[in-house]
Amino acid sequence: MSTPTLEKHSDALDAAESGASHLITVTLRIRRFNSEVSDEANWIDYQLDIDPKERVLDALHKVKWEIDGTLTFRRSCAHGICGSDAMRINGRNRLACKTLIKDINPEKPITVEPIKGLTVLKDLVVDMDPFFQAYRDVMPFLITKGNEPTRERLQSPEDRERFDDTTKCILCAACTSSCPVFWNDGQYFGPAAIVNAHRFIFDSRDEGGEQRLEILNDKDGVWRCRTTFNCTDACPRGIEVTKAIQEVKRALITRRF
Amino acid sequence: MSSTDSVELSASSAAFSPDNPAPVIEPPRARTKRTPRVTRTNFELYGWLFMRLSGIVLVVLVLGHLLIQLVLDGGVTKVGFAFVAGRWASPFWQGWDLIMLWLAMLHGGNGLRTVINDYAERANTRFWLKTLLFTATAFTILLGTLVIFTFDPNIR
Repeated sequence: MSTPTLEKHSDALDAAESGASHLITVTLRIRRFNSEVSDEANWIDYQLDIDPKERVLDALHKVKWEIDGTLTFRRSCAHGICGSDAMRINGRNRLACKTLIKDINPEKPITVEPIKGLTVLKDLVVDMDPFFQAYRDVMPFLITKGNEPTRERLQSPEDRERFDDTTKCILCAACTSSCPVFWNDGQYFGPAAIVNAHRFIFDSRDEGGEQRLEILNDKDGVWRCRTTFNCTDACPRGIEVTKAIQEVKRALITRRF
Repeated sequence: MSSTDSVELSASSAAFSPDNPAPVIEPPRARTKRTPRVTRTNFELYGWLFMRLSGIVLVVLVLGHLLIQLVLDGGVTKVGFAFVAGRWASPFWQGWDLIMLWLAMLHGGNGLRTVINDYAERANTRFWLKTLLFTATAFTILLGTLVIFTFDPNIR
């Protein structure tokens, strides 16, 4: 009775051992910063054996859990939805939980650093307050006039399709922190805030579009966009961010003329 | 699995401790409660639109200007006092040059203004660069306009 179980177990063990040969040695080069130790950030190398089909987040976990527990980074769901673990991996903003080791050339050291343009608090953790302040400023909630209807607010599939792309935003800040205008001037609303304004401006049920357009018509609003497309390249959700910004610009122009 | 090295303290930074943390570097002009609320105008909208429209017009004006000055009728060697005097005798060419001067200066000036906005980091630097830009643009436009309207072919 117990023999087959044992055999099964050893099969599984064999599989695990043969799987071990798939492991490769990668170097993770992480930009560490701890204001309690130094006022400068340092690049620290960590070598680990990892399955190339694993993600950068798994590699970071390996470092934190097995090598250096002081490594600090944000992650919540680890499945590309919460938007906590946006970081600059090999010089590009990505989600660590959606980037496979094999896709980013594991032969060379993999650089991991915090997203740019926001204050680094520790290691890979940045202060997101300016980012969320810009988000709050565009009033990302449904605004309506008159009495509340007794049933749900209906919308045709076509009307829903109009802003479908911008509903996908997970507020990871990959776009905003890849924007050269935001790097230099934190007053700029940034792509993420404009995307979330777009989501309501083009919603047929919403009646606050005029207010939001007025906010984005600001000195630091959509007119500071230089259409460098960094945001569209950086978006882990594949949102056409620059297109959304251009649509807001067009709405402002057609509203005026 | 092994870490190659751990955090090493350099001599200059070893003095920091939990009780004496290193200063945190603020990002440039982070949004704070003290950030003044801006007055809402359409200036940036009109600026953006002006760049597009003047750009289209300038393509015609500048390319036409270059063609006439450098290519047609013997090229650049023909350009002299008499050539300019002959052209400015006609209100059409006066108008052409006047529009080209104004559009090119405002287009370039507004472009440099956005460059200053994007790249100047301190409020003071911005202010003085923009003051310099505005002075230079206004001077060139006014001087050019004056010359076009008061040009005297019988000077000397």
